[in-house]
Amino acid sequence: MGLLDRLDDPYEGGGIILGKIEDILNWGRSKSDWYLHFGLACCAIEFMAMNASHFDFMRFGTIPRTSPRQADFIMVTGTVTFKMADRIKILYEQMAEPKYVISVGSCSNCGGPYWEHGYHVLKGVDRIIPVDVYIPGCPPRPEAFEEGMILLQKKISHQAIFNKRKRLESEV
Amino acid sequence: MLPNEIYDKLKTEFGDAVIEFDNKQPTDPFILISADNLFDICHTLRDKDEFVFDYLMCLTGMDFAENVGVVYHLYSMVFKHKIVLKVIVPKSDPKVPSVEMIWRTADWHEREAYDLIGVQFEGHHNPIRILCPYDWEGHPLRKDYEAPEYYHGMKVSY
Repeated sequence: MGLLDRLDDPYEGGGIILGKIEDILNWGRSKSDWYLHFGLACCAIEFMAMNASHFDFMRFGTIPRTSPRQADFIMVTGTVTFKMADRIKILYEQMAEPKYVISVGSCSNCGGPYWEHGYHVLKGVDRIIPVDVYIPGCPPRPEAFEEGMILLQKKISHQAIFNKRKRLESEV
Repeated sequence: MLPNEIYDKLKTEFGDAVIEFDNKQPTDPFILISADNLFDICHTLRDKDEFVFDYLMCLTGMDFAENVGVVYHLYSMVFKHKIVLKVIVPKSDPKVPSVEMIWRTADWHEREAYDLIGVQFEGHHNPIRILCPYDWEGHPLRKDYEAPEYYHGMKVSY
């Protein structure tokens, strides 16, 4: 990366910054993720603390959206019941590409305390939608949310944008 | 009014429909009544001036292996007395008259008891599931319930 390092001393190279457009786009993309918050249980309560002024989630460039059409990632916070699983799938399908998923808490990671006798709980939201970042905890502390968000930003900033299809074809 | 006084008054009015009174359990004393006269007994308990049970605290469905039961916790805001009613019906034909017309609280409680235990409430205006999805099969809080393997293509077990 090092784009920011170069900004610190722009005149060393005569005022020119060399970099890939992909890096710059990814830099912008990773620093302004709008999210669809899917609060389902007590993790969503912890997420309120994350959003409040002590931890200030919006300093990561995130803005809560109420519509999946405007969201970059969906934050599944809580127990995913089968009744809700259908709805999550629909909302995920409504999001525009590129889209990401953060799964928060034991329940949506693997079923949590309902793993054995929870006839009504989906044992992990990754059974219906692809998850990018898992945040462990029951519920996770706001610091864990922060780390999850940083991990997602890292993932986004290293992604390919151009010739994606061509690259993927060559991999297959 | 004490529970045994309520029982005596109901017994003289309804006779065999009031089956027994039990105050030896560690729980609240309860009156076992037959399902056929449930609606009339509840109506009397609410509207008669000496009872005035104007508040249904809770309606619970229960599974007693070969029978299912419904438990009504009643309270009087006027006289500050309370009583517990129990109805037991066979699992093969779990029909209990609805008391939703008497206490509006019973509306959702009866839907819950139907959803999880499978008690059929006759006379309920909207007897559909309340917690599980509408197309769910079976009644999950029954002792002999076994969860399905798949629901809408999603695996249920871990």
